[in-house]
Amino acid sequence: MEKIVNSNLKTEEYFINMGPQHPATHGVLRLILTIDGEIIKNVEPDLGYIHRSIEKMCERDSYQQIVHLTDRMDYLSAHINNEAVCLVVENALNLEVTDRVKVIRTIIAELTRISSHCLWWGVMGMDIGALTTYFYAFRDREMINDIFEETCGARLTMNYNMPGGLMFDIHPNFIKRTKEFIAHFKTKIPEYDRLLTGNIIFQKRTKGIGVLTREKAISYGASGPVARASGFASDVRKRHPYSAYDRVEFNQALSTEGDCFARYSVRIQEMWESMSIIEQLIDNIPEGEYQTKTNAVIKLPKGEYYQRVETARGEFGVYILSTGTKSPYRLKFRSPGFSNISLLNEIIVGGKIGDLVATMATIDIVVPDIDR
Amino acid sequence: MTNQEIQNMVSGWSENIEFSEEASQFLNITVSKDELHRICEKLKQTPELDFDYLFCLTGMDWGEDLGVIYHLESIQNKHEIVVKVKTGDRDNPTLDSVNELWRTAEFHEMEVFDFFGIKFNNHPNLKRLFLPPEWEGFPLRKDYEDQANMIIK
Repeated sequence: MEKIVNSNLKTEEYFINMGPQHPATHGVLRLILTIDGEIIKNVEPDLGYIHRSIEKMCERDSYQQIVHLTDRMDYLSAHINNEAVCLVVENALNLEVTDRVKVIRTIIAELTRISSHCLWWGVMGMDIGALTTYFYAFRDREMINDIFEETCGARLTMNYNMPGGLMFDIHPNFIKRTKEFIAHFKTKIPEYDRLLTGNIIFQKRTKGIGVLTREKAISYGASGPVARASGFASDVRKRHPYSAYDRVEFNQALSTEGDCFARYSVRIQEMWESMSIIEQLIDNIPEGEYQTKTNAVIKLPKGEYYQRVETARGEFGVYILSTGTKSPYRLKFRSPGFSNISLLNEIIVGGKIGDLVATMATIDIVVPDIDR
Repeated sequence: MTNQEIQNMVSGWSENIEFSEEASQFLNITVSKDELHRICEKLKQTPELDFDYLFCLTGMDWGEDLGVIYHLESIQNKHEIVVKVKTGDRDNPTLDSVNELWRTAEFHEMEVFDFFGIKFNNHPNLKRLFLPPEWEGFPLRKDYEDQANMIIK
């Protein structure tokens, strides 16, 4: 059968809007695509639909109030964002928190990471077209939400951290329920693998798509699983350890291919590593106080402070310039999603719209984190 | 390399580099705006320094002057440095873009333009990022007033 090609067909590029309301953009993100047929020529993100001027608000709030604003940014790693602000305040005041606080913060941070990756996995399958994964992921995530509700008081934006320690001590059921969850979830990840990872359609849609080289990852400021899938060992828990990460052993999930499937495998591997960290800490929580006294009005001494933590999306940084008053003079949040979204144009040009959806799913952005 | 070694190496590049006396966890240098691009290029390309990871770019309003603070890190050599630069002119602030050295600066400089009004030379696409294009004023400046959206005490 001969192929009939009409070589006189005139084509032209056109602009198409993806978003701001779109099921695959994970939030209110508008992408202005320039496409020729189905091949993408240019992607320009249009941000600002959920910009709430958090940095300006922080210039008039007290430090305890700032902690409450941080978990509205990347709400899937809410506890880790709170921890960043608490750590920068504690380091500036030279305040030592007890070992009990450090270990509990680390355990809850790793549970948050598993919860965020669980939701990411469910949504990743849904974007590619496998709707079942969404229900499986949310069913397992409910167990973590219930643990948080019992101990911290809220399911998503916990605000369990405060400068100096924790708001309340852990609930008596916390250790038992966490161990039950770990035992349950260890049987679930193989189920996830059977459902999605080995599926030939999924592999064809993700292997070789959206390749990011290591040099580009460093130049674009990528961090988190996006960078680790390209061979850039960016884990802040290893480069600049904080809380209890210097006393546990875990591997950094790395890959060298840099395509969508590599980013997927890195996150699945991170879920196993997080469970391993929790297992090393859950039986040996040290005794002690859950809170160290601070003044009611916290004033940081004059100077500049920077603290970074590893959220589920990458490196989150807090920069504070203080002039000695009760609010910071300038506070800047370095958000991982902002740097990760800037490399979208680089890696997707020449691909199809379906590739764009798969790449956006593996970059795993949360738009309130970008817009702040 | 230790902070003292980096300081010795960098101070030989120009007489206009100031080192900060205040205690901070990083080594702080302040450069003049004409030498910004040259110094940044040397920081990136000198093999012993090799600052290839720009992890934070912050706009700042110091009261009399506007400026930018760059936090740089070397992945290979594991040291960090902070570069500060002031624009010198509050009414018409401009700076050179470092976009071709660190590609992450493209979006960060658009954000600084949006909130502080600092224009970056040689930037590929300088326009407002978060606020609508017809917004007037630069919100993160200290003298910004907006009766409709701010509570002014």
